[in-house]
Parts: sequence; C-alpha cells; structure tokens
Amino acid sequence: MATASKRDSPRNVILVGATSGIARPLGRRLVARGWNLVVTGRDPARLAPLADDLRVRGNGTIATLVFDPSDAAAVAGLCGAAAALLGGPIDGVIVCHGTLPDESGAWLDVEQTRGAIDANFTSAAMVLAAAAQALENRPGAFLAAISSVAGDRGRQSNYAYGAAKAGLTAYLSGLRNRLHPRGVVVITVKPGIVRTPMTEGLAAARSPLAADADTVARDIERAILRRQAVLYTPWFWWPVMTVICAIPEAIFKRLKL
Amino acid sequence: MKPVPNGLSGWGRFPRGESVVSTPADRAGVALTIGGAHHGAGLIARGLGRAYGDSAFVAGGMVLQTTRIDRFRGFDPQSGLLDVEAGVSFAEIIALFLPRGWFLPTTPGTKYVTVGGAIAADVHGKNHHRHGSIGMFVERIDVCVADGTVVSCSRGENSDLFHATLGGMGLTGMIMAACFRLVRVETSRVTVDYHRTADLEETLTVFESGDAGSEHSVAWIDCMASGRAMGRSVVMQGRNTPLGELSPEARRDPFGLPRKRVKSVPFTPPVGLLNSLSVRVFNEVFYAAHGNRRKVVDLDTFFYPLDSIRHWNRLYGPRGFIQYQAFFPRRTSLAGLRELLSTIVASGAASFLAVLKSCGPADDGILTFLEPGHTLALDIPYRQGVIEALCGRLDRILLEHGGRLYLAKDALTDGKTFRAMYPRIDEFLAVKRRYDPDGLFASSQSRRLGITPV
Ligand SMILES: Cc1cc2nc3c(=O)[nH]c(=O)nc-3n(C[C@H](O)[C@H](O)[C@H](O)COP(=O)(O)OP(=O)(O)OC[C@H]3O[C@@H](n4cnc5c(N)ncnc54)[C@H](O)[C@@H]3O)c2cc1C
Ligand SMILES: NC(=O)c1ccc[n+]([C@@H]2O[C@H](COP(=O)([O-])OP(=O)(O)OC[C@H]3O[C@@H](n4cnc5c(N)ncnc54)[C@H](OP(=O)(O)O)[C@@H]3O)[C@@H](O)[C@H]2O)c1
Repeated sequence: MATASKRDSPRNVILVGATSGIARPLGRRLVARGWNLVVTGRDPARLAPLADDLRVRGNGTIATLVFDPSDAAAVAGLCGAAAALLGGPIDGVIVCHGTLPDESGAWLDVEQTRGAIDANFTSAAMVLAAAAQALENRPGAFLAAISSVAGDRGRQSNYAYGAAKAGLTAYLSGLRNRLHPRGVVVITVKPGIVRTPMTEGLAAARSPLAADADTVARDIERAILRRQAVLYTPWFWWPVMTVICAIPEAIFKRLKL
Repeated sequence: MKPVPNGLSGWGRFPRGESVVSTPADRAGVALTIGGAHHGAGLIARGLGRAYGDSAFVAGGMVLQTTRIDRFRGFDPQSGLLDVEAGVSFAEIIALFLPRGWFLPTTPGTKYVTVGGAIAADVHGKNHHRHGSIGMFVERIDVCVADGTVVSCSRGENSDLFHATLGGMGLTGMIMAACFRLVRVETSRVTVDYHRTADLEETLTVFESGDAGSEHSVAWIDCMASGRAMGRSVVMQGRNTPLGELSPEARRDPFGLPRKRVKSVPFTPPVGLLNSLSVRVFNEVFYAAHGNRRKVVDLDTFFYPLDSIRHWNRLYGPRGFIQYQAFFPRRTSLAGLRELLSTIVASGAASFLAVLKSCGPADDGILTFLEPGHTLALDIPYRQGVIEALCGRLDRILLEHGGRLYLAKDALTDGKTFRAMYPRIDEFLAVKRRYDPDGLFASSQSRRLGITPV
C-alpha cells in the first residue's frame, strides 16, 4: 500500500555528481518512485556500480553519463545527451557535485582558491545555465542544486568554499526569479553538516548536529515534490543560521568559527 | 589531519576499545585504507556492530566500517540469486524484496545486520534445524585481502578462502560482496503454533516431534525456573503462511507489514533496569500468557521482536552485558543443558532473554558454530568478577560435553578454551597465512583468543 501511493508520473531527471554521498540515497529514493535517471560523474568505474544498484532497486530507466561539469562543451551538450539516453525530454536537473578544501591549516594559495571556486561555483553555475535553457519552456520542470549553510556567512575555517556556495545561492535566487513566470521551480538546498565521504574523518562529522545523508536526501525529495524554493536541511539549520547571520560583524570577526 | 580514535564496543557494550574508524565508499577506498593501515596495530571490518563482544573492533588499531559499501549488484528473479555488496543490511533487503515475494533464506533475531557480518559469523536463524546457517545459501564471496586485491571465492574457486571466510569473523580480509539465494514466500506472515512445556525434557521432546514438520522453530526458555520446572519453555513452531490461508481482506496486501511505532531507549540509565526481580516478573508473565494455540503473525513480530525497541541494549546500564551462547551436540545436549541451566539458576544471574533452539546440518565453514544438537543463548548483566567466574564454570561444562561457544557472542573466554572448542583452528590459520601473511587482520577478540598475536 505504502509503496503504491508513493508512485507518481515518472519523470526524467539528471543527477549531476551522482556518486556523491548525498546523491546516492537521493537517487535511490527517486528510483523507488519509478523515475528515470541519468546519473553523471567523472569516473566511469564509480558510475557503473551506482547504476547497477539503482537498476536492482527500481523499474525506471537508468543511464550513465561520464561528465565533467567543468568542461564547458560537455555542459552545453548535457541535456541533449541525457534526453537522448532516456528517449524523452528532461523534467528536472539536480546538481550535487562539490568538494570541500581543507582550509583549517595553511592558507589556500592562489591555485587552490581558484580550484575551490571553480569546483563549487563555476561548474555548478554553468550546468544550471545550460539546464535553464533546456527547461525554460517546460512548465512543471525543476532545477535543484546543493549549496550549503556555509554560503550564508563566511567563516575563517572555510571561506573559499563558503564564498563559492554564497555565489551559488545568489545564482539560484536570481534564476528562480527569472524562471518563476515560466512555471519552472528552482530549489536551493542548504545542508548543514552531513556524514558523507566529504566530511569523513572530520571532527564536525561527529558533532550531534551532523545528519545522515539519507535524512538530507529525504528532505530534498520532499522539497522537489512540494516545489519548495529554499530548503535548510535538517530544518534546525534555518534558526541556527538566522542567529549566526544576525551577529554584528564587530563581534563576529572575533569569533573562532 | 590526524585521525581521532572512536570508542567502540559490540552490542553488549562490554568490553570497549578505541579504534580509528575509516568508512570508505568503494573498492578503491578500501584498498587505500588497507594500504595505509599499520601492520601490527591491526585492522578489522565492522558492519552494524550487532555482534555482542569484541569481534568488530581492535583496540589501538583500525576499523573498516562497511556501511557505505552498500550497493545491490544484481538479482536473478528466476533463481533468486542476489548479488550484493557486503554493507547492505538485511533490513534493506527485506524492504526491497519482500514486496516482490522474496525473503532471506535464514535470518538472525535482528534485521540490522550487514551481509558481510552475517557471512563472517555464518549466522543461523530459526530454521537451522532444517536448512543450516546462511553459508548453505552463499554461492560466492568477494574478499579484499591484505595486499588490497579482491579475491573472488566459492566452493569451486579459491575454496580455501571461501571455507575460511564463512564464519571467519573478518580475519581473512574484508568481504566486499557476496552472492546468495533468496527464497520465495507467498505472504509476509508466519503461522505459529505455541506449546507450553513443563520442563527441559518436554521442551526437547516437542522439538523432536514437531521440528520435522515446521520450517521455523525456537523456544523461549525461563532461565529462572528451578527444580522440577527447570527448562520450562514456550516453544514456537512456525511455517510461512501460504496466500490461500490469508483472510480475503489480508489477501489484498499479502506482503504488507503493519507499521509499528518503533520505541527507543533514549539514553543509558545509570543502573541497569533488567535485574533479577524485573526479569522474574517478565518471565512469569510471558510463560503465563502463552498457552497452547495457533496464531498468524507478521514476519517482523516473529523474527525480529527486539527490533521494535531501538537501543534496547542500553537497558543493561553503563556496564553492559554479555550474551552467552552455547552449543551442545545431540548426544550430550540433555545432560549438558541441564547442568548449564542449574548452574545459571544457582548463580542467580538474571537472564531476560533465553532462547533454545534445535540445530540441523553443519555447513562447510572451517569455524562454523552449529551442527545437529541444541543451542542456548542467554543474556547476563556484566558484574566484574562475578561474570568471569560464572562464564568460566559454564565454559567447563561446555567442554565436558563436547560443546562450544558462538564467536559472534563471545566476550570473555580464553585462548585455551577456544582451541579446545574449535579444534580446526590450525587449518583456519593455514589459510589465513596464505592470504594475510603479515597478520594484518586482527580484532580485539582474535587477540584475546590467541588466534592472532597480541
Ligand atoms: C538482537 C540480536 C539478535 C541476534 N540473533 C542472532 C541469531 O539468531 N543468530 C545468529 O547467528 N546471530 C544472531 N545475532 C548476532 C548477529 O547476527 C551477528 O553478530 C552478526 O555478525 C552481526 O552482523 P553485523 O553486520 O552487525 O556485524 P558486526 O557486529 O559489525 O561484526 C561481526 C563480525 O563480522 C565481521 N564482519 C563484519 N562485516 C564484515 C565484512 N564486510 N567483511 C569481513 N568481516 C566482516 C566483523 O569483523 C566481526 O568479526 C544477534 C544479534 C543481536 C543484537
Ligand atoms: N557533506 C556535507 O557536510 C555538506 C554540507 C553542505 C553542503 N554539501 C554539498 O553537498 C554536495 C554533495 O556533497 P557530499 O558530501 O555528498 O560530497 P561527496 O560525497 O564528497 O561527493 C562529491 C562529489 O562531487 C564530485 N566532485 C568532487 N570534486 C569535483 C570537482 N572538482 N569537479 C567536479 N566534480 C567533483 C565527485 O564525483 P566524481 O568524482 O564521481 O565526479 C564526488 O562524488 C556538495 O555540493 C557539497 O558541497 C555537503
């Protein structure tokens, strides 16, 4: 019974960065709904087992696409390639790739700073730009990207990453504004600390505030179904970040965060 | 980044130790962890930590947490052959396959175990008397051995590694994936016959007479009853309910499971709540409540009654508890069980849950635990000094009757006793040396038992 009511009209979705810790349970949830997925990642050796897993779990079509989101030519062709793989137009794109540089010790040098911004902002924005063009005339379609609470306010422990995520949050907000009249929803996902390979071994992953990837995936799934604009996940990060953003800079600059 | 060790224990929360935990997400990550492990410090795989003692950590060493190696690889709906990575849990398999009409070929009393943990302990379920343990259904195991390569093994290929890994408690390497058969079921229910027995002899007689005709069989035994009532039990013998026996209403959703509110023990009470008084009351009530009758229950209720209370192990308080699980071969089981039970009753050590089960065919794991006979499992709250003395006495009774302890539960025994119980250990060690010449894989348990050097 429970499984039957979960099914809805199948949708064709691209999961960019599908190998990530958060995308993995998210993909499983979407496949359980009967949706068709194109899963992308840079490493074919990691994509194949992921796709096999999704195929055992659901009945939808699962296609893999080796794709580097920093390759502009590949980005331009993404939605076309995915539509061809699924044999139908794309209804949604979810951008999940990203990387957390270690900013705790030495300063990030010039190249590392560029790398952090490129991986977390530039490539994500390029994918969204391409997806917006492909979906602008499909009312009901959705675009989602995983930003971060780290983008709400820069802290000394991860401001390069935070700045990239702040850029992504701003980009998504503008894109939402633009696509709203066309009936295309844009979803900004802001997770707090999530136990994934990204945070493996970090003290933060043991904090009581750290969440399981599946909890975050469940929230993202729900946000997609409800066509929610901005999602803090788990929910308590919304009040936490509201307080953090309200601290006057004169005080904030002295804090060890 | 300097890795910080984690305090770990088994399900009994005794003993404890600190290990650095690594949670790789794929084969490359596992190879990396193995390559970076310190020889001498020890490395051991850990699934969901449902083994009771110290088998799934190594104090001062490194733990390979398997829960991100959790992908399904394939399923053949013709044969029921399932190919899965080792970190997939039984709960996940049930959630996905029960609605399609498939169930686990055998299952322990909790579904929160991983495939890797189930194979490493060669787990048994309520159908052991008919089908043996999980190894009987396993066709292939992929093991990441000490040099970081993955070796595929089966009864036909690298069979030495297969026989050592099945029941090998993680000491041959990390199980990466396995192929085993699921079995068909028509519904998610079990039809259970309950028999109340007056004493141990009657319990064994009911097993003897009813087991051949029942797919599942187990007895809950009152470990506090003494004298003539010693060994009085409620025997539960069940079979998978066929579709035709469901009510027309239930037939509309034959694989449905009632949604139960999962209760949780939110924190560890400062003292254990399961003392001899509360257990005595529970046992009296349970015995009185189960008369002789037939009932149709759902799979969760029949196989996993304890899973409805999350963290129930906290009820034993901060000192934790152990589970003592003994096996006696058929020829000595009545005498052995009698002596074991009277020693336990005399000690006054409360046991909330004591489970007795008849056992069937042994499989081909070198260190496999069960063969035809009986196994008794009971919980004992940890009390320093007292529990060591009691378990020492119980171990001697086991040895005198040709019995042995279950490694997935053991937390206290010593190397000499272990060797006497598992005489094939040298055969096991010869295989281990072939695949792990430098002795990389070790657990706190394997060191305590002298299987690996300290
Ligand atoms: C309430 C309860 C009821 C139980 N009932 C039963 C029962 O009826 N029958 C029964 O047989 N058992 C029973 N058990 C014990 C349980 O089934 C076993 O201990 C099982 O091994 C636990 O699986 P796990 O994934 O939690 O493994 P863990 O506890 O994490 O590890 C157990 C052992 O397996 C090894 N291991 C784990 N994963 C791997 C891997 N990928 N590769 C190599 N080695 C690995 C570990 O090194 C360790 O030696 C019960 C346990 C509980 C808590
Ligand atoms: N974990 C957290 O605590 C947390 C908190 C807030 C926000 N987030 C965000 O959530 C998203 C997913 O995070 P996660 O924790 O699931 O991460 P993850 O498990 O580390 O996975 C990140 C994925 O991104 C891809 N990737 C890494 N570096 C890349 C690069 N330079 N260019 C392109 N792709 C790259 C990788 O895929 P391939 O190598 O297969 O291509 C990898 O699978 C990220 O955007 C992250 O910033 C995470």
